[in-house]
Amino acid sequence: MKKLLVLSAFAAMLASGTALADTSGKKIAFSNNYAGNSWRQAMLDSYAIVTKKAVDDKIVAAADVFTTADKEVPTQAAQVQNLILQGYDAIVINAASPDALNGAIKQACDAGIVVVSFDGTVTEPCAYRVVVDFKDMGKQEVEQMAKFQPKGGNLLEIRGLAGTSIDEAIHAGILEGVAAHPEFKIVGSVTGDWDQTTAQKAVATILPSLPDVVGVVDQGGDGYGAAQAFAAAGKPRPTIIMGNRQDELKWWKEQKEKDGYKTWSASIAPGVSTLAFWVAQQVLDGRKDIPHDLLVPYLAFTQDDFEAALPKIKEGGVATHEYTQEDAIAAIKANIK
Amino acid sequence: MRPEMTAIAPGTLPKASPRGSAARARMLRGLLPALSLALVLIAIAWLNPRAISYFGFNLMLNLAIPIALATIAQMFVIAGNELDLSIGTFVGFVGCVTATWLRDAPLIGILVLIGSIGVYALLGALIHLRNLPSIVVTLGMSFVWQGLAILILPKPGGKAPDWLLSIMSFKPPYVPFPILAALLIAAVVHFGLMRTSYGVILRGSGGNAAALRRAGWSLLKTKIVLFALTGLFGVLSGMALIGITTSADANIGNGYTLLSIAGVILGGGEFVGGRVSPIGAVIGALTLALAASPLLTFMHIPPDWQVAANGAILIIVLAARVLISRRER
Repeated sequence: MKKLLVLSAFAAMLASGTALADTSGKKIAFSNNYAGNSWRQAMLDSYAIVTKKAVDDKIVAAADVFTTADKEVPTQAAQVQNLILQGYDAIVINAASPDALNGAIKQACDAGIVVVSFDGTVTEPCAYRVVVDFKDMGKQEVEQMAKFQPKGGNLLEIRGLAGTSIDEAIHAGILEGVAAHPEFKIVGSVTGDWDQTTAQKAVATILPSLPDVVGVVDQGGDGYGAAQAFAAAGKPRPTIIMGNRQDELKWWKEQKEKDGYKTWSASIAPGVSTLAFWVAQQVLDGRKDIPHDLLVPYLAFTQDDFEAALPKIKEGGVATHEYTQEDAIAAIKANIK
Repeated sequence: MRPEMTAIAPGTLPKASPRGSAARARMLRGLLPALSLALVLIAIAWLNPRAISYFGFNLMLNLAIPIALATIAQMFVIAGNELDLSIGTFVGFVGCVTATWLRDAPLIGILVLIGSIGVYALLGALIHLRNLPSIVVTLGMSFVWQGLAILILPKPGGKAPDWLLSIMSFKPPYVPFPILAALLIAAVVHFGLMRTSYGVILRGSGGNAAALRRAGWSLLKTKIVLFALTGLFGVLSGMALIGITTSADANIGNGYTLLSIAGVILGGGEFVGGRVSPIGAVIGALTLALAASPLLTFMHIPPDWQVAANGAILIIVLAARVLISRRER
């Protein structure tokens, strides 16, 4: 009898550790509000690859993707309500609004559904948020810049889409970095909207009024445009931080081959959708110790490893990373502390 | 939309047809919205039986209430041969006011909302007096409302007043709240517009403006009343929406402009001639809300095709309506 008890306790331990059997009957839905740019396409591709395998391996019963036709909040709220009716056990969501979906999210939680938000996160306390540490990314940009430009100098900052939390966080990180490195001074700031064309126009407009610039700190999706603007103005090429876009890394490679140009690249990996999926799976598995706010690392490339990543990125796309269940468990562990 | 079009409108009314067949045609036309709603409901019941329940109807239809109210708002301007392209952003503006001022300073909130209905009334007067195309005026106003909404709420947030939250989450016995609300909206507007004598005058301003003028009615007044009613129902729509979402976003109502127009047409209304149906409009709004989201979600269409499928469902539903109305003529 005692032996049996020990055995069953051991079995229980095993089950909770591997999580294989427990979620095999669970269904996870992905509510997505927009699919119209390269980042979102990469996000959906990564998600499809990882979830297909998870379903084939019988880790979950189903992982379906639902994209709304417009970017509207009410459409997504209705979609979430329909997913509740469909009987899903968990909803992974990239939300159209941080607050305005809270009503529907609460209804889902009340129906016993696990909600995990990422990228476009929601503020409803019952949901989980997988948040990339953008502030650290901004700070790291200046840290890296200090390596390439040890003497310091003037920096140009390119901001992202105004009014978003991501833009605020990266900007705050950059300011923090500059405060820690007083040899740098931000002499100009433009809005690039994470878009090469917009960034190129904005940088070209401000360049004539700037003193010599040694570096550009930005938010990704704007590095290549900035490089074009500097070249067109006939100004010396500064150290431009990149954002994992294919055109940016390609330009970096060309420059490196020409004269050993050095820089650094970082951005949020679209594959963070897969991390959110695994977090949902872990919650369904019965783990009670998972914090509702999970800070996860961004995806960075250095002088040594960016060329290996370049061929894997689609033309016009963005570098991604598909997370595994182990990655998710490690990320959760790092957040429990 | 303009008088020369109004002048054509009477010609499109059923002409020499005998009384009996006209009545039959009218009945068919009246039944059509209900028929399409039934069809969509049957499809949903077949795809996901679990949805056909008290809980299911509550979830599927509660976001249809603000759409129904916005559709009624649009119906009033359409009854006067006009179009309102600003109703969506107006709903968003009302939402932002509701989630901020109406909660923190109810008096200011109420004044702002009443004032915005006043602005709608003035727009009606302006359109009538200066003989302006309503599409142009309301398109311009849509940017004004959007701008004001962003000023009030630069970042998504705010919170609905508690009384509004409790109204919208009301759970009556047996009949789900959204169905009760839809019945109430349809009944009140049907009585006001179809059964009162001034309702006849309002519809007449779209049907035969010249005759009304000769009979001594003020067309300025009818236009002001129609636009003010649009403003009133726009306000109700925005408040209902925030009561459900609990929090606002400046862009929250943008999709309502086209949805509301589609709802009126699906519900048996015509762009000209003052031919509208409040009951049809409410049913049209419910059908659109159900066809666009629950039906699509339950069909398990691959993600790449979902956006296109949404459009296809709308086209099919509206095309069925056009086919039957053509037979009527």
